[in-house]
Amino acid sequence: MMSKKTSSSSEKPIKWDELDSDFKFKVAEESGGKNIKSCFACGTCTVICPVFSVNEKYNPRKIIRMILLGLKEEVLSNDFIWLCSGCYSCYELCPRDVKITRLMAAVRNIAVKEGYVPTPMKQIVNLIEKHGRILEVSEFENIIRTKKGISELEFNIDEIKKVLKKTGIHNLIKNSGLDE
Amino acid sequence: MNNSKYALFLGCTVSVKGFNYELSARKVAEKLGIELIDIPQFSCCGFPLESIHRSSAITIAARNLALAETQGLDIIALCSACTGYMTEVQRLFSEKSNTKEIKFINEKLKDLGYKYNGNVKVKHFARVLYEDIGIDKLKKFIVNPLKGIKIAPHYGCHYIKPSEIYDGFDNPIHPRSLDQLIKITGATPVDYKDKLQCCGGGILAIDEDTPVKMVKQKLDHIKEVRADAMTLICPFCNIMYDEYQSTVESKFETEYNIPVLYYPQLLGLAMGLDPKKELAVKQNQVKVKPLLEKIENLQKLIV
Repeated sequence: MMSKKTSSSSEKPIKWDELDSDFKFKVAEESGGKNIKSCFACGTCTVICPVFSVNEKYNPRKIIRMILLGLKEEVLSNDFIWLCSGCYSCYELCPRDVKITRLMAAVRNIAVKEGYVPTPMKQIVNLIEKHGRILEVSEFENIIRTKKGISELEFNIDEIKKVLKKTGIHNLIKNSGLDE
Repeated sequence: MNNSKYALFLGCTVSVKGFNYELSARKVAEKLGIELIDIPQFSCCGFPLESIHRSSAITIAARNLALAETQGLDIIALCSACTGYMTEVQRLFSEKSNTKEIKFINEKLKDLGYKYNGNVKVKHFARVLYEDIGIDKLKKFIVNPLKGIKIAPHYGCHYIKPSEIYDGFDNPIHPRSLDQLIKITGATPVDYKDKLQCCGGGILAIDEDTPVKMVKQKLDHIKEVRADAMTLICPFCNIMYDEYQSTVESKFETEYNIPVLYYPQLLGLAMGLDPKKELAVKQNQVKVKPLLEKIENLQKLIV
């Protein structure tokens, strides 16, 4: 699928004693990861992937192989797991029902638990905690709404702060260095 | 539940960036006799946290569902990702597929004084138009058919996928609901290469360059078939094609000038609603005025 040249450019040889053979079971236990072991590497996901078509760094077939091999740190620490756009194209077509879109979310959840959180994701958590939304409602929105006779928006949905306190996301992100 | 009265779920992006979508949807709904109820305590749908901490994401989604359930209302969402995510969490309850997650949600909600029993149906506004109002009834509201106008439909992803959560209301590989909805306005829906391609908005925060390239591909394909405009039904897709169109133009030294209309804006035009006052077309980034002039000129010719 990918030419040898592209795929090997930044890669080291794989050392068997550095592989974590339990990684695939850990992924399979995470919500959304259950079917990973069914993958038979046909490559349908990568062929149909709209992200791969413009950025070969995101290659779902390869990421799944890496997980099955046990390349734990290499997968979890790599930016490429954050490049799935969540379009479900592969999910619809996968002949082994690996449910790849949900699988990628599962892998990201594990990465977060292991302390790998990209800064934009921390910002999203911050915004939702603060405002209850990923975008901040300003006076401007409510002025327009009032003019049109539509009910104003609450600036902050304060209860979400409580929700996130109870679900434990804050401590999880804080341990990885949440920007306050 | 009541099929002409719904809770309107705005989510994050429509609230802050999609007033043209919200207003046109409200005006169209009003004409069609769909009553939309505002629930001020609705928050983000939860989806943006799915990739970071699923337990938080599903709890936030279930809180929104519980808020609607308390009022005995089903939900209409304007954003496809909100629709998809809250539908998934709704199905978690109706299928009881993951008892551990349901237990987690119930415990957290109970602490906050909520209880979700799993009785809320979540539907995208376009699906309500297509499935509940129906093409035949919608046709009766068309007073200003947009004859001679070619529209490129953009389905986006979460409106139809994953198809297993959507009761088969449309086909995920060969969808037709949006094409048919465009057809009744009198405009012609046009096919183009990779019509179902994703907008890339989901990774905009992580790597701007990749989605910008994806947007270019789509705009190129739409330009090839000389569509007068594109029509979509998701505020995040809209950011990519309307807001980012000028970014793509300057980055790749090209020109598109493809107006991007939310479907309720297009339908609203055909229903005779006022483009500025009721459909807020001035909020669209790519100028809609030339398209409106073309529609007017073509209608004069036909009369």
